[in-house]
Amino acid sequence: MSNTPMVKAEAVHKSYGRLEVLRGIDLEVYPKEVMCMIGPSGSGKSTFLRCINHLEKIDAGRLSVDGELVGYRQRGDKLHELPDREICQKRSEIGMVFQRFNLFPHMTALENIVEAPIRVKKESRATAVTRARGLLDRVGLADKVDDYPNQLSGGQQQRVAIARALAMQPKLMLFDEPTSALDPELVGDVLDVMRSLAKDGMTMVVVTHEMGFAREVGDSLVFMDGGVIVETGKPREVLANPQHERTRSFLSKVL
Amino acid sequence: MTEFATGPSPGSRAGGRPEAIKAVPVRHYSRWVAAALVLAFGAEIVYTVITAPNLRWEFVGTYLFGRLIREGILITLELTVFAMVLGIVLGVVLAVMRISPNPVVSWVSWFYIWFFRGTPVLVQIFFWYNLNLVLPHIGLGIPGTPIWWQANTNSLISPFLAAAFGLGLNEGAYMAEIVRAGIISVEQGQTEAAQALGMTRLQVMRRIVLPQAMRVITPPTGNETISMLKTSSLAFVAAVPELFTRATQIASANFAVIELLIVASVWYLVMTSILTVGQYYLERYFGRGSQRELPPTPLQRLRRMLVTGHLPPPTPAEPFTPTGRERNRLI
Repeated sequence: MSNTPMVKAEAVHKSYGRLEVLRGIDLEVYPKEVMCMIGPSGSGKSTFLRCINHLEKIDAGRLSVDGELVGYRQRGDKLHELPDREICQKRSEIGMVFQRFNLFPHMTALENIVEAPIRVKKESRATAVTRARGLLDRVGLADKVDDYPNQLSGGQQQRVAIARALAMQPKLMLFDEPTSALDPELVGDVLDVMRSLAKDGMTMVVVTHEMGFAREVGDSLVFMDGGVIVETGKPREVLANPQHERTRSFLSKVL
Repeated sequence: MTEFATGPSPGSRAGGRPEAIKAVPVRHYSRWVAAALVLAFGAEIVYTVITAPNLRWEFVGTYLFGRLIREGILITLELTVFAMVLGIVLGVVLAVMRISPNPVVSWVSWFYIWFFRGTPVLVQIFFWYNLNLVLPHIGLGIPGTPIWWQANTNSLISPFLAAAFGLGLNEGAYMAEIVRAGIISVEQGQTEAAQALGMTRLQVMRRIVLPQAMRVITPPTGNETISMLKTSSLAFVAAVPELFTRATQIASANFAVIELLIVASVWYLVMTSILTVGQYYLERYFGRGSQRELPPTPLQRLRRMLVTGHLPPPTPAEPFTPTGRERNRLI
């Protein structure tokens, strides 16, 4: 593992109005690491994930991706906001998968995938289409190229969404409860795709309720509650032998 | 189980599947009564109009396809197209400006909508038509430099342009609100997903949000177009020789006022009917991806009706318009 963390958070704070959602998050995710984040809803996991690609602005602390601050540039001891164009550029290097898929309903599976490579990375259509077909094949949907999202099952939509994120060849993938909106029997296919991604060395931050996946695939596990990290460690150890009372009571309810 | 079988002889099964239900349908007597009443009332009205003592139907026949009326129709269509294109372009620009994070741009849009929606379109047309009274010349240039261009107001703003701009600038304010409603209707997750891919604000708007907003924007825009076709008759105050102006001009010469209004109305109805059909197909196009199966076209519905003998309700049973409010606004 290299020395620069892919994600580094130091005392990250975030509030919505008077509600403090993140109250000092410190963590590091190293390249090729799969970090799983668990915790009750409202604990701030998703918010933290969205801060990493600057969909949300942090209020205090420092958050950096691949050694560069998210959303700001430091000159001397002053922080300067990044212009929109640079924020977009940085986002294009981070893939994100949403709980509700958020595929573009007016585009076919293929169009969904090639949109950003063509518009954002200015790739040629031919290059983008070739890679998109390869990705669809990889997530097991080679025959769904021309289907619209509403012709696909939830599990298939989520796999297209993963392919769409991968098409930008990201250095980091963020998963925001990727299987929570799926029928139980469709969860497996999506987890299989994520497992193979992890095996290929993708750096991943996964907010999830799938304890089995966290135990099996995760390199580290973070348990969050009330906007702070309560406990962190190797997934097997935390799941089998939680040190904090709060972790114990949460796990006793979900396991 | 046999008690639940439907036929008189439940034993007559073919291959294990009970025979299809053949029940006597409920008789809807009230529908027949309503139909009879409507027919009687309609016949009464038609009879009254046709036999009106001083209505000279030959005038209607003579002028329905007359040259002046035909020219008027063409100008009405030109006015409508010009004003709607101007209105839609302005509407999209104003709507995007309105939700821009740039406060100056947003306020400019707010002010425009406030002003043009707050004054009657008739006054606006009249204003452009009479602009030469206060501004005999219109010029453009950079103060303090020799770069200066100017023209006579009357030659620059013809009656047609006065009416077209009056209608179009006014329409822009209304279209802005329609487009904004469409933009708001697109799920926030769409914007987030596009942003997460690194798309810029304008790319997100143009490629992701607006195409989806079209589904919500199209029905009221069709409505506006149909409305504009008729509102364009206000151009008569600027002496634009469109359909209504022509009809009244002819009537003032031969005093066949009602006859020529009938002629104009017939043509307005023909044009709005054609637009209604066009709107339907446009909605179908922008509805793609939002429904698994597109609803039948009017032609398909007609064919089905002839085959089954069942009269469907006049609007599609499952309209594309997402809210009842939007549907109610359809003419």
